[in-house]
Amino acid sequence: MSETNLRHATAARPAPVAVDYARLRREITWDVARRELGYTDNATLNLGYLCSRRQVERGLGTRTALAHEDHEGTVRRFTYLDLERLTNGWGAFLAHHGVREIDRVAVLLDRLPELYIGVVGILKTGAVAQPLFSAFGDEAFAQRVEDSRAVGVITQHKHLGKVRKARERLPDLKTVIVVDHDASKRPLRDGEVAFDMTAAACDDFPIARTYPESPSILHYTSGTTGKPKGALHVHASIFAQYLTAKVALDLKDDDIYWCTADPGWVTGTSYGILAPWALGVTQVVLDAGFSSDRWYETLEKHRVTVWYTAPTAIRMLMKDGADLPKQRDLSALRHMCSVGEPLNPEAVHWGRQAFGLDFHDTFWQTETGSIVITNLPGMPVKPGSMGRPFPALEAAIVDPVTGDPITEPGRVGMIAVRPPWPSMMRTYWNNTATYLRKFLNGWYICGDRGSLDADGYFWFSGRDDDVINTGGHLVGPFEIESALLEHPAVAESAAIGKPDPINMEVVKAFVALRPGHSPSVDLELEIMNFIRKKLSPLAMPQEIEFVDRLPKTRSGKIMRRLLKAKESGQEIGDTSSLDDE
Amino acid sequence: MDDMKQAILDYVRREYIDEDEAGEVVLDENTRLISGGIVDSFSMVSLKRFIEKKYAVSIPDADASPAAFDTVGSIIALVQRFKKEA
Repeated sequence: MSETNLRHATAARPAPVAVDYARLRREITWDVARRELGYTDNATLNLGYLCSRRQVERGLGTRTALAHEDHEGTVRRFTYLDLERLTNGWGAFLAHHGVREIDRVAVLLDRLPELYIGVVGILKTGAVAQPLFSAFGDEAFAQRVEDSRAVGVITQHKHLGKVRKARERLPDLKTVIVVDHDASKRPLRDGEVAFDMTAAACDDFPIARTYPESPSILHYTSGTTGKPKGALHVHASIFAQYLTAKVALDLKDDDIYWCTADPGWVTGTSYGILAPWALGVTQVVLDAGFSSDRWYETLEKHRVTVWYTAPTAIRMLMKDGADLPKQRDLSALRHMCSVGEPLNPEAVHWGRQAFGLDFHDTFWQTETGSIVITNLPGMPVKPGSMGRPFPALEAAIVDPVTGDPITEPGRVGMIAVRPPWPSMMRTYWNNTATYLRKFLNGWYICGDRGSLDADGYFWFSGRDDDVINTGGHLVGPFEIESALLEHPAVAESAAIGKPDPINMEVVKAFVALRPGHSPSVDLELEIMNFIRKKLSPLAMPQEIEFVDRLPKTRSGKIMRRLLKAKESGQEIGDTSSLDDE
Repeated sequence: MDDMKQAILDYVRREYIDEDEAGEVVLDENTRLISGGIVDSFSMVSLKRFIEKKYAVSIPDADASPAAFDTVGSIIALVQRFKKEA
């Protein structure tokens, strides 16, 4: 679309209605979601039902629920009636293989239709779906399934080796379900079964009588110390996901929606499966690696109207310039949002230039289950700001010690949300102590620092811990350091986030070698690939610096803070605890 | 040229394709590595490092785009370009 056409398309779009935030805070309540989803007190509530059968009952059976495009460009369309029948088939199959309510079923799939539809099928049984990022390495996969004690793993041949390697560590794992098996592939072993989603579709399945507080989804997230933690969500989360998708993402009945996040991450589940299907909209999934051209083609071809993507992806699009989108007819696109990390002002300005629209930043995390601070349609976007609290909840900046709200504009504190809200995690799986430490003075503390301005807009300052935010995903330094120590050449290790113009941060590792090993490019490459295969491509250090020793406190704790400050060119700060012998 | 092509293909097969699926993946100089999902954008860094070390070139970050690394053919073109400029 040329510059002229972009101007015409922009002019033709209806102007966003200026939002009266105070009015929204009075009118937008979780009860709106409960009412619209037909929920009454003490009734059963099942996400699988809401995302499939209910839409058929509402007369949307013939509407496209999912337009799935693979990397070769083949598009498969699934209606809500298809969704109902296919998820029934999943439910029946899982139940036949002994999956019961509250059992955990992990899903390790690329972005196949089986991933999206399978999660809904799991929910229909009352079991807990545990979507996993398919690029997780051996250790990352095994750790998460070992902790959850999943009884089932749904996977594909490409990832079956990973599951098999971990099997001995997973005594609770009874059934590995392989969705793409056929006679041409290598034989399945004991405990592995083939599942053909299309062939298994059926007209009915008795949906589990789950309730709002019944467990639904288990998402693992990384912290500074220790292993990743499983944030447990419940079926009531849908009230928040539904309402935030309707109000913040502005999803309407006739929208074509594209959420670019993988369901292995919470965005791809909350807003890539649950919310759009509970709303009954059509959504697009692209199962292909990133390319700017392909993404614009997707927006154009499917006439996407609402697009929810990530700052890292936006910055990658920016690299290829604002002319590419103008060569496409993107006149259908009316609302764009971003998630995962703060959206830098340059990206907002670029979005205006390239699309004639603002990217609306949204802030939330695995633990919150849905958007908590956001730019709303019609609300003036301040480039770089996270926006304001979602109208149905209360968020604040609080003092890190007392938990008292800070109202002074510009003063940095901890970003906090007042519990409860429907999609708040109910616990960390097997880790109640860590869960309880997330609360201070009646506030849920997000772990990010920020400030308010005089208009009540939130501004992100940084993480309050050492967790690395790379490409919008959190990676724990402890996980990376532990994995580095398993390499035979590594004696000591430290992992930090190094500022990156595209990914916000990338992992940089500092490594002290064992005697007999010398720094070299070959060794750097070997260690990088070692971590990539063990953990994930996100956790792979993009740079390794070989050092003689690491800065440590006198008690032996690695001072990542010093390494990070040096890397960012910042003041190193207090070094009185540094062991400098 | 053939040696370079084979060396890169061997590296991709060894490092980015699970041995269980190796027999099922068609890999040649035109296979879409990044947009085809074989090498993601984070893992691309390790591929870039390998290329730079193996062929003694330095590829500026600005030129190390997903498009430039999408096929073995485009990678070879990139190596040749920066070898000439060196």
